[in-house]
Amino acid sequence: MSRYVPHAPGYVDNGGPKIVTSRFEHDDSFTLDRYEATDGYRGLRRALDRTPAQVHDEVREATVLGRGGAGFPAGVKWGFMPPGKFPYYLVVNGDESEPGTYKDRLLMERDPHQLIEGCLITCYALGLAQCFLYVRGEMALAQERLARALNDAYAKGYVGKNILGTDFSVDITLTWGAGAYIVGEETALIESLEGNRGMPRLKPPYFPAAIGLYGQPTIVNNVETLANLPFVALNGSASYTAIGTPTSPGTRMIAVSGHVKRPGVYEIINGSTTFRDIIYGDEFSQGIRDDNDLKAFVPGGGSAPWFVEDQLDIPFEGKEAGAAGSMLGSGAIMVMDSTTDIPHAAYTLTKFYAHESCGKCTPCREGGTWLMRMLERVVAGHGTDADLDQMREIGQTICPGDMPHASSKRLGLEAVPFPYKMTTICFVGPSAWAPLHSALTLFPEEFEAIVTKVPKRVSIPVTALSGADV
Amino acid sequence: MSYFTPGNLEIANEIISRYPVAKSALIQLLHLAQEQEGWVTDDAMRQIAELTDTTPAEVKGTGSFYEMFKFHPVGKYMVNVCTNLSCQLLGGEELLAHAEKTLGVKAGGTTADGMFTIEDVECIAACTEAPCLQINYRYRLRVSGDDFDDLIDDIRNGRAGDIPEHGTLGRVRQHIPAAAMAGVLPPEQAKERPVWLARNDEPAPAGTAEGEEE
Repeated sequence: MSRYVPHAPGYVDNGGPKIVTSRFEHDDSFTLDRYEATDGYRGLRRALDRTPAQVHDEVREATVLGRGGAGFPAGVKWGFMPPGKFPYYLVVNGDESEPGTYKDRLLMERDPHQLIEGCLITCYALGLAQCFLYVRGEMALAQERLARALNDAYAKGYVGKNILGTDFSVDITLTWGAGAYIVGEETALIESLEGNRGMPRLKPPYFPAAIGLYGQPTIVNNVETLANLPFVALNGSASYTAIGTPTSPGTRMIAVSGHVKRPGVYEIINGSTTFRDIIYGDEFSQGIRDDNDLKAFVPGGGSAPWFVEDQLDIPFEGKEAGAAGSMLGSGAIMVMDSTTDIPHAAYTLTKFYAHESCGKCTPCREGGTWLMRMLERVVAGHGTDADLDQMREIGQTICPGDMPHASSKRLGLEAVPFPYKMTTICFVGPSAWAPLHSALTLFPEEFEAIVTKVPKRVSIPVTALSGADV
Repeated sequence: MSYFTPGNLEIANEIISRYPVAKSALIQLLHLAQEQEGWVTDDAMRQIAELTDTTPAEVKGTGSFYEMFKFHPVGKYMVNVCTNLSCQLLGGEELLAHAEKTLGVKAGGTTADGMFTIEDVECIAACTEAPCLQINYRYRLRVSGDDFDDLIDDIRNGRAGDIPEHGTLGRVRQHIPAAAMAGVLPPEQAKERPVWLARNDEPAPAGTAEGEEE
């Protein structure tokens, strides 16, 4: 039943319910003709027959959770805009760059009109003045597909002035990013859209819904989040909540990569599908390559604390993953088998976050870089056990207090639930520490095996100088 | 004198017209400049500053934050090999080492003939197809050492038609006919309540009441 779809490399149709990938089976899924022939823009037409407030209510009732990482319900986020402070803006976050993640790229490449329709429904419901569709710079094909889709949609009156002959008018501006992971953070994305370096803003006061683009109320939504809206607008919130669980309705796009037999991007039933289903299920990744043992897996993108086999039966549900010590984040599952060099894997992720630090907050800029350099030394075999202590100390500077991690029967460890505390404006600082912390906590023996034991250094107290003849 | 060609200057002005504030077009114009010459020159930044009502220092300040912009000449083909976790687990680092050997330069370097620049890049969102790379932002998936050598051979012999020269991203541009545009205004001139929100004031007919939509 499940099959690899050759014209959408990576995507595997697992035979489950489809909300956002329903057109992927067609090799011309990105064209307006195909879109119109498969219920395209009917959700928009249905929305336009109702009041904007009714459309907002429908989305709120559907509880469409944000798919970018934080998992906040879109309908609730929309309600945070201060009334009457026009203009309002929509910024679409298509700057997908979390390690292990790719679903937004496929949604933009394979079904650009679905995203455009989701943007239009949002603009109609909230009275937004303009929509900015920010696509990651490295995604040339997504840029081309969206440009063509927008040009076709403008020509047919779906976008622009007096949409479908009504009083609803809005422009969608396609914007290309230029290579900066941090721009996936919503306030950094707004800075980038204003023509600045993509450095996050302090929250409060700069919650985008209150003070966003050009200081105006701004909704920032992820591509996948918006791609769900045509279904909700067309079929109603009840059809949406009929799939998934009450706290996590609908479906979710996930990418499973690493040491599995069949890596792939899957649309799964939200909330109830377990990690065991995803990693071992016949419809999904079919187990570990060469039937090796599972060592660890990243459940929600490079920023997420790691899980081990003890967590396989946890469902893909935010609260349960949080209680178990991690997060679902961007829906990226990276699987590591028994052959994996854990310190090296942790180094790869720490290096990434150190490299992508925007430099605004000291604990991230300096701490991330220190972690990377020390870990580099450890992985190269030149580290000492003092380095491991020092890394933990730096980690405490970035994330004070108990750091979330998974439980481990093997080590007799209890889970520390998500989230962490942080001394930085955004999550990039903690992300440099989280994978390394997981590796150190869940696989301490792999680090101890490669460091040299050195006697504890004893500092000479300053008072030693007292009485000196100076 | 204009840095941008007449055709690109027209495109630049059209891009600016799609933003409420000209400075918002800054990154898009840097892309356009890079498309024109393969990298971003000082002259380009001077003109972008004029077009976006900023200073050349601001243009460089913003541009230098973003890794895709090159402020010095690079190869015609930018080879970006992913070594982030998903690719590393399946041989990304070995692929990078192979690429460096084949092309005879280390990551960050450009071949003597100016054809190829290699970069060691972070996740490029094709994680299930590891190890992967992009050449001028076009994907090549599940790449073996032999695949890589074939690819380089194809490019050297003009057989990789889907790959434009460095600087060109999306080859389809957004174009909004003036008559179809809803109208982009600076934020201070867009303070009116959007007309369709009057539908929320039911049962009064549209356009009769002022109020808030929540």
